[in-house]
Amino acid sequence: MYGFEALTFNIHGGYLEAIVRGYRSGLLTAADYNNLCQCETLDDIKMHLSATEYGSYLQNEPSPLHTTTIVEKCTLKLVDEYKHMLAQATEPLSTFLEYITYGHMIDNVVLIVTGTLHERDVQELLEKCHPLGMFDSIATLAVAQNMRELYRLVLVDTPLAPYFSECITSEDLDDMNIEIMRNTLYKAYLEDFYRFCKTLGGATAEIMSDLLAFEADRRAVNITINSIGTELTRDDRRKLYSNFGLLYPYGHEELAVCEDIDQVRAAMEKYPPYQSIFSKLSYGESQMLDKAFYEEEVKRLCLAFEQQFHYGVFFAYMRLREQEIRNLMWISECVAQNQKSRVHDSVVFIF
Amino acid sequence: MVTSSSSWWQALVRISPYTFSAIGIAISIGVSVLGAAWGIYITGSSLIGAAIKAPRITSKNLISVIFCEAVAIYGVIVAIILQTKLESVPSSKMYEPESLRAGYAIFASGIIVGFANLVCGLCVGIIGSSCALSDAQNSSLFVKILVIEIFGSALGLFGVIVGIIMSAQATWPSKA
Repeated sequence: MYGFEALTFNIHGGYLEAIVRGYRSGLLTAADYNNLCQCETLDDIKMHLSATEYGSYLQNEPSPLHTTTIVEKCTLKLVDEYKHMLAQATEPLSTFLEYITYGHMIDNVVLIVTGTLHERDVQELLEKCHPLGMFDSIATLAVAQNMRELYRLVLVDTPLAPYFSECITSEDLDDMNIEIMRNTLYKAYLEDFYRFCKTLGGATAEIMSDLLAFEADRRAVNITINSIGTELTRDDRRKLYSNFGLLYPYGHEELAVCEDIDQVRAAMEKYPPYQSIFSKLSYGESQMLDKAFYEEEVKRLCLAFEQQFHYGVFFAYMRLREQEIRNLMWISECVAQNQKSRVHDSVVFIF
Repeated sequence: MVTSSSSWWQALVRISPYTFSAIGIAISIGVSVLGAAWGIYITGSSLIGAAIKAPRITSKNLISVIFCEAVAIYGVIVAIILQTKLESVPSSKMYEPESLRAGYAIFASGIIVGFANLVCGLCVGIIGSSCALSDAQNSSLFVKILVIEIFGSALGLFGVIVGIIMSAQATWPSKA
C-alpha cells in the first residue's frame, strides 16, 4: 500500500538502504572535481584520488599510469560495492539488484559479437567487458554465426533469454543487425524492468517508473538521431522504441518520421521536461545533447534519494557511480592528451 | 438489572466484568510492547547500516531507541496500576451496573494505553530511522530531527494520562 512502506520496509531492506546511503556520501563532490581538473599528469590524479574513497584501489598501481587502469580500478570499486549489497539482499531486492546489471550484460554480448565479427581475439575482448555484466558462458559467444545460434548455444541459459524472442532471425550478424539487436534487447529489458517495478508497487514503482521512463525517452531520441541518414526504415525505427514513457505513443509517431535534428527538436519541445533540455542547445548543435541528457539524468537520480523506504536508491546509486566513472575517464583522457581546456565539456557534477 | 429484550444485549451484559478487565490489562502491556519493538527494529536496522560509514552516530542515535523503549515502560506502568484496581465482589453483585462500569473502565483504559503506545512507538521508530540516516550525512541535522521525535513521543504520554484518568473511575461496589 503506497504510503505505508515505512512500517515494513526495514525488515528486509533497512540495513542495505542505510549502506547504500553511506556509499552515496562517498561520491566525489564539485570540490574534488575542481582539484582533479587542475591536475597536470595522471600521477597527480592518482594522488588526488588517494584522498578519496578510491585510495585503496589505486595505491598499488605502478607509474606510469594509464587512463584505462584508472577506469578499471574505479569500476572494480563499484563492482565490490555491488557484490557486497547483492550478497546481503533478500527477495525481491536481490532480483531488483540483478536487473540493474542486465544492461551491462547486453553491452558485453554486443561487444563480443562485434569484436568477433572484426576478427579480434576473444581474450582481448573479454578483458574489455564490463565486470558487472559477466556471466559464465560469455566466451562461447565468439563461436556463434547468426542470432539463432547465439540464442541456442549461449543465451538461453542467461537471464537475457526472454528478451530474445523479438529478434531471432536467421540472418547473419553484421554491423547493422548487431546494432538493431542491441536496441531490441535493450527495449525488451527496459520494458521487463518497468513491469517488474510496477509489481513491486508503492514508492519503488513510482520512483522507478519515472527514472525508467526518462531512460526510455532518452534512448528513443538517441536512436532517432543516430539513424538519421542510415538505411533504417521508419517502421524499423518505430519498433525500437519502448512502449512506455512520456513520449509513448504520440511522441514516437513524430520521432519516427524525423529526418534531421531540427525536426527532432521540434517534436521534443512539445514536452515540458524535455523542452528545458533542448533549450540549452542552439540550433543545429547535437554534441552537447549527450551532456544535457546526462545532467538531467543526474538531477533526477539525486532526487530519488529524497525519499526513504524504496529500492530506487539502489538504482540511482549505481547510475551515479557510473556517471562518476565516466567523469573520471574524461578527465584522465583530457589530462593524458594535454587538452585541459576541453575538460569541462563533458564533466557532469553530481553535487 | 437491564431489561432490554435483545439477546445480543443480554449476551454482552452477561460477560463478566473481570473478563473485560483482564483483557484490558493484557492489551495495555501487550500492544505497547508491540509498538516499542516495532519502533526499535525500524530504527535499529537503519542505525546499524549507517554506522558502518559514519561510526560517530551510534552513541547519539541511541536516544531514538530509548524513546521507543519508554513506550513499553508506559505500558508496564499502566498495567501495574490497572491490576491494583481489581477487587473481588460477591457473585450476587457481579452484574450490577457499578461492577460492569468498573470492568469497562479498566478495559477502556487498557485499550487506550495500548493503541496510543503502538502508534507512538511506530512514529518514533520511523523518525529515528530517518534521524540516523540524516545524521550520517550531515551532523547538524540530528538535533532538529530529534525535536520531531520528541513531539512524536508525546503521543504515548497522552495515552497514558487519559488511561490513568479512566482507570480512576474503576470503583467496584462495596461488599456489604
